[in-house]
Amino acid sequence: MDLEARFREVLPDVEFCSLRLENEAQEFLYVRDDIVLPVRSSSDVGAMITVVDGGGVGYAATADLTSGGLAKAVDRARTWAASSRGRTVTDFSKIVMPHPKGNYTTPVRTPWASVPLSDKISLLREECARVGGDPRIVQRDVSISYVHRETLYLTNDGGRVEQSFDHIVPSIAVTAHADGQTLSRSLGGRGYCRQGGYEVVSECGLDTIGPELRDEVLELLSAPDCPTGNMDVVLDPDQVILQVHESIGHPLELDRILGDERNYAGRSFVTPDMFGSYRYGSDLLNITYDPTRTEEFASYGFDDEGLTATREFLIRNGILERALGGHISQQRAGVPGVACSRANGWTRPPIDRMANVNLEPGDATLGEMIARVEDGVYMKTNTSWSIDDSRNKFQFGCEWGRRIENGKLTHLVRKPNYRGISATFWRSLAAVGNESTFMVLGTPNCGKGEPSQTARAGHAAPTCLFTNVDVFGGE
Amino acid sequence: MKEQFFDLVDRRSKELQKDEVLLANLDQETSDFVRWNGGRIRQCGTVDQAYMNLNLIRGDRSCATIVSITGDVEADDARCRAAIDTLRERLGVVPADPFVLYSEEVHSTDRSDENRLPDPDTVLRDVEETAAGLDFVGSLACGPMRFGFANSLGQRNWEERHSFLLDWSLFHVEDRAVKASYSGFEWDSARFRQIMESTRAQLEIMKREPRTVAPGKYRVYLAPAAVQEFLDTMSWGAFGLRAHRTKQSNLLRLSEGELSLDPRVTLRENTRGGIAPGFQSEGYLRPDEVVLVEDGKFRDPLVSPRSSKEFGAAVNAGAWESPISLDLAPGGLAPSDVLRELGTGLYVNNLWYMNFSDRTACRMTGMTRFATFWVEDGEIVAPVKVMRFDESAYRVLGSELQDLTSEPEFLVVSDTYGGRSSGSHRVPGILLRNFEFTL
Repeated sequence: MDLEARFREVLPDVEFCSLRLENEAQEFLYVRDDIVLPVRSSSDVGAMITVVDGGGVGYAATADLTSGGLAKAVDRARTWAASSRGRTVTDFSKIVMPHPKGNYTTPVRTPWASVPLSDKISLLREECARVGGDPRIVQRDVSISYVHRETLYLTNDGGRVEQSFDHIVPSIAVTAHADGQTLSRSLGGRGYCRQGGYEVVSECGLDTIGPELRDEVLELLSAPDCPTGNMDVVLDPDQVILQVHESIGHPLELDRILGDERNYAGRSFVTPDMFGSYRYGSDLLNITYDPTRTEEFASYGFDDEGLTATREFLIRNGILERALGGHISQQRAGVPGVACSRANGWTRPPIDRMANVNLEPGDATLGEMIARVEDGVYMKTNTSWSIDDSRNKFQFGCEWGRRIENGKLTHLVRKPNYRGISATFWRSLAAVGNESTFMVLGTPNCGKGEPSQTARAGHAAPTCLFTNVDVFGGE
Repeated sequence: MKEQFFDLVDRRSKELQKDEVLLANLDQETSDFVRWNGGRIRQCGTVDQAYMNLNLIRGDRSCATIVSITGDVEADDARCRAAIDTLRERLGVVPADPFVLYSEEVHSTDRSDENRLPDPDTVLRDVEETAAGLDFVGSLACGPMRFGFANSLGQRNWEERHSFLLDWSLFHVEDRAVKASYSGFEWDSARFRQIMESTRAQLEIMKREPRTVAPGKYRVYLAPAAVQEFLDTMSWGAFGLRAHRTKQSNLLRLSEGELSLDPRVTLRENTRGGIAPGFQSEGYLRPDEVVLVEDGKFRDPLVSPRSSKEFGAAVNAGAWESPISLDLAPGGLAPSDVLRELGTGLYVNNLWYMNFSDRTACRMTGMTRFATFWVEDGEIVAPVKVMRFDESAYRVLGSELQDLTSEPEFLVVSDTYGGRSSGSHRVPGILLRNFEFTL
């Protein structure tokens, strides 16, 4: 008997019941200083049963997928639904859950398994060797993380969604030390993460970028610290995505706005009445939730509560339109959202998580943006991030900086940092790069929730120019 | 579960090929989770999870995998057998690794406690009664956690603990809130009510008109939970032998003698006093304690088996070379004297979302969160709106350190990423002459 039949067999007499199966296999290949570290992998299979009954709600997660194991989980979830009855944040019985049908599969050109392990290791060793050769280099890291995830979502009213995903995170970093300073350059932090097959490794430049990173970090060692002052900043996509993630993505999450996350991840300065009228940024700011860009890290057909994923504007021409909240949060808040109720595996219940949150391209070239700056810094690659629990006061640091003086790029600066306030920062967005500056990136490990969960978020963005920013350096 | 785990490793060990060694770790927990918002339940459920970490070694080659297991011996054995077959194939492909090291001496241990945990309904009822009329936001994690190690050389280690952690905050409006937690092995309703009462008392102060403080330097008292956050971030890559030998530690200037901390600062990895297992994944037993910083000077780094072989030092830590049971030695300031000694300045209960502004200088930024108070002449005057700080560990634990409190608090790490954390800190509060706020 297959899993679906076993689930149907143990279905309880309740208002709503779902099963979410997660089957995830990971592989991690890592070469450090020319040595291949032990290949690591994992295989994780299990299911979460959710029950809604009499207004209460409960879940139970188990790796035992036999009829007996599922029956036990159903009983446990029912017991929780009974215990929570009359004590919940909302009457869950009044929320009509979707019973979707469909499927989704990551488009893959070169399946991960079709490339021999020996070839993958050879590539990593070659790239690691190519960034060596200077005594100031103290560590060289080259790695690929691969995840294959299959999910099956079943509901008591015939809902059935099957999805299959392939995620790849190529990474390379070069760290150098001289004169008391230790600095790193990397392939976008860990921002070059995508869905797809082995082709992602080359598309992200893992097999070409190394020498450039090595030369840059060695140059940075002798560069002056970034100056302090109020000036303009031009941010490359591998920093813009963190700015979007922390000061747009998280504040727009409906569970934060509803207060669910106040004890851990935090709340939001955004309130329900702002949707439809609040000026979040300048007219140039256009933010979409876009699950349809298939190569992006968090694309999917349905979220983990069965809502169909469609592309939506969250912010259009600077005005806030829509929240990042799944079906249950939308019902509770009365605010339009998107399909983003997601769990990081079978052991955790879905919560509101940003998926692909993108800053849409504008019409400026990089050269035009540089030319507009009299006094500023061009920054690349996030290395530090921090923001308050209402997602307002932030500070970011980057790996690489270059001064912009009188419209021209001049000397390198190390340890560039800047700080600001979300509610006003996006209004200083003065230019948005065109398609030639646009990159599809992401953040592989976003933490949130009680119990805690990590999530994969996709972000695509162009290079952007911001004016009047508080900039500073190290020491 | 213990017998099942050891039986599984026995079965797999018998089928190993010549020169193969198997290391196996088990992480199992059955956890009840409840989260509240506004005193009402948002989510509740039970997670029953068990993971086997299998590491197959042949000479100087090693590969590892983690598999979820179900509790059914035959099904789990089949899963482990298939996983080991895959590892064996990989060993034929990977090149030699000169730094593979595992414990070849057999040191078996067994430590289990008795289950004295409450029925979840008891906690639900106590929360409901005690938090009535309050904006209570929080989470409960409760249940057994089991950790096992076994290898094909015959070593067997087991730790089983039944614990709970209720972590919550009470909100007045917006971000004006007070944070608290109650953890242990046996639920005491009276003790919980006592903590709630003291949290409620702090919440009353949060109802006063909040003060906005301009960026600048202030006298500051960091309460133990804030110190925990500060030390936690400072510890990222700070104490590992590899980080020091490759010049990447953010405390490199300390280990190289260029800078020192205040002579009253002593930091220990205190395995004996913590709640983490006393063994690690390659079969070594963790020493009772490792003195990391003594009298303000760097002393012993944390050494993984890999670093041990690479750099030539005795193993005293797990693979990540990070502290998981970190203690900061207390000082001489009585908690009852904190406000008087602070005089005029900020009393900070919690810090939040820290990260590095400059790793070389061990300079970190972060936010105040929850109850931060403005204090004048030793009296709490008003709550303070959240502030961003940017400070170096060499100032906070060095030049600006006025005193440490005499009664450290034992704080359990509340994270549950992948599973419930077994990390902890035992830390005092610290009084600072100067602490810089930037935004």
